[in-house]
Amino acid sequence: METWFSLLVTLFFTVAIYLLLSKSVIRILLGVAILGNAVNLLIFTGGRLTRDVPPVIAEGADTLGGPAANALPQALILTAIVISFSFFAFLLVLAWRAYEDLATDNTDEMRVAEPVSEPAPPLGY
Amino acid sequence: MAVSTSAPVDLSAALVLTPTSAAEWLVVLPVAWCLAVGALLMMLRRWAILQPVIALAALAVLVLIDVALLDHVARNGPTTMVMGRWLPPFGIAFTVDLTGALFALMAAAVAFAAGIFSLADINESGRRYGFYPLLMLLMAGVSGAFLTGDIFNLYVWFEVLLISSFGLLVLGSEREQIDGTVKYGFLNLVATTLFLVATGFLYAVFGTLNMADIARKADELRAGAPLMTLVGLYVLAFGMKAAAFPVNFWLPASYHTPRVVVSALFAGLLTKVGIYALIRVTVMLFPVEREELSFVLALIGALTMMVGVLGALAQTDFRRILGYLVVSGIGSMVAGIAIGGPGGIGGAIFYALHSMLVMTGLYFASGIAMRLGADSSISTLAGLYRKHVGFAALTLMLCFAVSGLPPFSGFWPKVMLVKAALDIGAWWLAAALLLVGFFTMIATGRLFLLAYWRESTRPDAGGTTRLPAKTFGPLAALTLLALALGVYPEPLLAMIQNAAAGLAEPSAYLNSVFPAGGPQ
Repeated sequence: METWFSLLVTLFFTVAIYLLLSKSVIRILLGVAILGNAVNLLIFTGGRLTRDVPPVIAEGADTLGGPAANALPQALILTAIVISFSFFAFLLVLAWRAYEDLATDNTDEMRVAEPVSEPAPPLGY
Repeated sequence: MAVSTSAPVDLSAALVLTPTSAAEWLVVLPVAWCLAVGALLMMLRRWAILQPVIALAALAVLVLIDVALLDHVARNGPTTMVMGRWLPPFGIAFTVDLTGALFALMAAAVAFAAGIFSLADINESGRRYGFYPLLMLLMAGVSGAFLTGDIFNLYVWFEVLLISSFGLLVLGSEREQIDGTVKYGFLNLVATTLFLVATGFLYAVFGTLNMADIARKADELRAGAPLMTLVGLYVLAFGMKAAAFPVNFWLPASYHTPRVVVSALFAGLLTKVGIYALIRVTVMLFPVEREELSFVLALIGALTMMVGVLGALAQTDFRRILGYLVVSGIGSMVAGIAIGGPGGIGGAIFYALHSMLVMTGLYFASGIAMRLGADSSISTLAGLYRKHVGFAALTLMLCFAVSGLPPFSGFWPKVMLVKAALDIGAWWLAAALLLVGFFTMIATGRLFLLAYWRESTRPDAGGTTRLPAKTFGPLAALTLLALALGVYPEPLLAMIQNAAAGLAEPSAYLNSVFPAGGPQ
């Protein structure tokens, strides 16, 4: 099970990195969303995937008997999902505003803050 | 929930049963205070007049809290508070040692100065659109990052400060800001996601997120676990946050776009959080891997310094020059981490504290200069010396400080780093440090020559001007603090040496989290 999930995570990362490398802001945004999910799946897999053993401590014992799925990574993912979702929402609005104000979604053409041909600083005074 | 029939559960195995002392509350107080005030300000966002008053008072209190915290840590050593009374490593622990307390105090002081400067820089609409709540939440994130003792929690604070910084960066919504925020936003989000990847792997390997627990388990796990990969990922993630060389391009693309006070805050705080995290993870948690990576880190440091200062030499915009100087300073800190030992780590910590102070001051100066000269390009900005002599003097002092000249705060960390580099035989790194200092002097000297000493040709140039205390005051305060630290560095230096020793030999830190060995 973990092996298949690792392959799935690899696939997610591949797609995310491919999308992140493109010039269009919307593709980068999709890349960010997939990257977030890739990480979530990674943490999920890292916490063991077993359906058969419920993580319930038997009476009289202090620790779990068998190797059950770890509940903590799932809690971590919950945090990460909330965070990455809110970031995605913010960046989506930002990308839209950038498209409206800068009239482009090509990152190569976004040169308002760093103009292309700036004069060199003065050499004397 | 039936605890009922069986024997009563022994709570002392899982919970801290002694009541929490006042000193322990102090550990979380900076974060709790900032979050509470941030929430309050958000509720009061219609009262734009009240916002700066409350925020300034809150920041002053934050400085006092951090002073008390530093005093407590300096006397009693690292202090831990656990959330929900769960014993570490089960609960989230906040552990503050000297390094964290020093960074937190300097951050609060810089934020307070920025709070005063904002009175002149943030207009009515900025106040209405939530500058002050975002500032408080940024401080919550920054303080949390410096004080936490849990690596996933560190990630959460990174995200808190990141989302607040997005808000601050884009406040005003001018075209340049949106352009800058796009680059800043995407690249920083990728950096924190890499941090999360590394943390996910770390949990899979260690089964714990508590930093003290990781530090003591690293030795036994080293043989069988890919710790080098983990550290490599962390170095990439934190290097990206700190704007180290191959991944530094978001910083000069965005730091000159927002309001001046926001630039100043970011230059003072955000990259230093990345450096702090890098120090914490490489020096305290994985010292063996840091040793192995030291050549790579040294190379990154040298290249970052060089790229930064050469970028500064090629720019004409006042604030873009400063952005590249921030990057250059990061290079010196990374070099310090690469060198290691008390000199290297102490030098990196000292440089970070100095850089917080001086870069914020320089951004304040850029804001005042742009207002006085009505221009931001050093090709045309001129005659500032004639307008205000005191302001010109303060800027010159900051230029000396950032170049590492005595008697200012930049001198001592540079001495420590160069000496530490020579001691381990890395003469090329020492040469790079000195050369960068020289180039920085040229870059800032040219800035001063052109913008301050050159006679202005504008028709309205004549006469001296008076500067309001709310812009001149914070600049003067930061500059004089930089001077004071340069003239009388002894107390700070002693503390920094203790801090570096505490990182290299974290037994006091571990004892504070796990008194008397702890579980297992």
